Formats: sequence, structure tokens, C-alpha cells
Amino acid sequence: MACISPDGKPTESGSKMLRALKAGLGAPEEIAKETSLPLFRVRSGLRELAEAGLAKPKGDGYEISEQGAKLLK
Amino acid sequence: MEEVKEQTSHMPHIGEPAPAFEAVTTHGKLKLEDFKGSWLILFSHPADFTPVCTTEFIAFSEIYPELQKRGVELLGLSVDSVSSHIAWARNVEEKTKVKIPFPIIADLNKEVSLAYGMIHPGQSKTETVRCVFIIDPNQTIRTILYYPLTTGRNMDEILRIIDALQTTDKNGVATPANWRPGDKVVVPPPNTQEMAEERLKQGYECIDWYLCKKKL
Repeated sequence: MACISPDGKPTESGSKMLRALKAGLGAPEEIAKETSLPLFRVRSGLRELAEAGLAKPKGDGYEISEQGAKLLK
Repeated sequence: MEEVKEQTSHMPHIGEPAPAFEAVTTHGKLKLEDFKGSWLILFSHPADFTPVCTTEFIAFSEIYPELQKRGVELLGLSVDSVSSHIAWARNVEEKTKVKIPFPIIADLNKEVSLAYGMIHPGQSKTETVRCVFIIDPNQTIRTILYYPLTTGRNMDEILRIIDALQTTDKNGVATPANWRPGDKVVVPPPNTQEMAEERLKQGYECIDWYLCKKKL
């Protein structure tokens, strides 16, 4: 997992994506621009965050889940 | 013999959709579709911790900024584990100060290697040969290069092919032998006699009606 460590916590890139989601960004292209991560990493990272329950699909993109928002507090 | 036959049964071709995959890499689990919208160079190497491959990875890392300027991503592959890839990348960085910035597929089950025809049993039944697949933003295969195990790839040629393909797509032209950015390009040949006659009056540099060049 590139965005989630084996202990279940987001990695540095995972945290960047979660913060972008919390700020209201949802499209992978927007998040890639905001985080300066390559688009392919953002697309796969968002998928991982969603599989871990930290994000959920919304339209063509994603939004932060309650669990994801709690983790950032 | 049957196994060898099965392993070489699929060879993708230029102009075909790139075979889809989901693979474990040094940057997490990646799908081909994650690269949609970018050019992608998918390349295989025989094995980690081998001399020619190490020189290639250093060379690919060195051209990575130039590739990024052209909207191109890199994705390596070999039949090795993620742990081996990570250890090798760290060793390369420690010994040469070159950080490998792109992901590498750990294709232990050979799923991607077989889908792309990367294993050539005449060279090795277990290792991938040195393949380069240039895939466009629509995920169509645009170029395929194969090199033997003993010959390292030429990065200038890979960059030149990217420049040529992008020039072709942007301007609807072809590029002649040994073309470099800035050189004259080849105007597509005419389809009718009338177009052939008109072609000669259009101020192109023509050897004859079927071979005309122009500056971009």
C-alpha cells in the first residue's frame, strides 16, 4: 500500500491526499495539482484510501469519509 | 515445450490498445488506466542487481525530467519481488546518488510480462528481455522496441521517438530517418493525381511528388 502504512495510518502522500479531500477537492486532477503528486499516484492512492474507508467515491471523484476526517484531527 | 508455447502466445502490436493490467509496484498497486491522459513508457529489464540493468535505470532516471516536460511517465518491470526492487533502488541511490523516481512492477506471476510478450524463451525462459512499449494518452501502443539481454538501451533514441510521435500527432506529418526536433518533416503523400500535381506547386522541398519536406 502506497498511501496506507501497515499500521493503518496514511503515509505522507496519503495524508496530503486526505487533506486535499478535506479542503473540498475531489477530482484526481485537482488533487494532483494541489499536492504536486503525479496523477497516476493520486488515482491509485484515492482508490487505496477508499478501500481503507478513509475516502468514498463521489461522482467522478472522491470525498473524505467520517473516518478519514477523524484521522486528520 | 507446451509451457514455452503458452508463454509466447500473445504479442501485442503497434496500433492496438495496450493490454490492461493491475500490478503491484514500488509505488503501490497501479492499473494501466491510472496513466490515462499521459504518455507512458512501460519497459522491462531482465533482473534487479545486474550490471546492464543498473546502467539503464540510472539512464532512465537521468532522462526522467525531460520525459516529464513532454508529459511522459515511466514504469519499469521485471520478474522480481517488490522487496528486491526496493533494495536495488536503495542500493543504486547509495552507490551512485541517483534516485529512481518512477515505479517498478514486481511481476512475479509474469501476468504483465506475458500480456505484453516480454519473455522470449530463446533468450531466457524466466527473465524478461529489454522491451520498451510507448503508449499514448489514449492507451494505444505507438512503439515497441526489443533489445537483447546484453545490449543496454539508448535513451536519446527513446526521447527522439517521443518527440517524433508528438510532432506527428500535433502536425499530421511524418518524420524522416534520423530526424531531430527542428529538422524538416515529411508531408503525407498525396492520394490523387490532382493532389500530386498541386503538391509540386506548394513550395515544399520535393525530391518528387511522393517525397516532400517542410519546415514546421
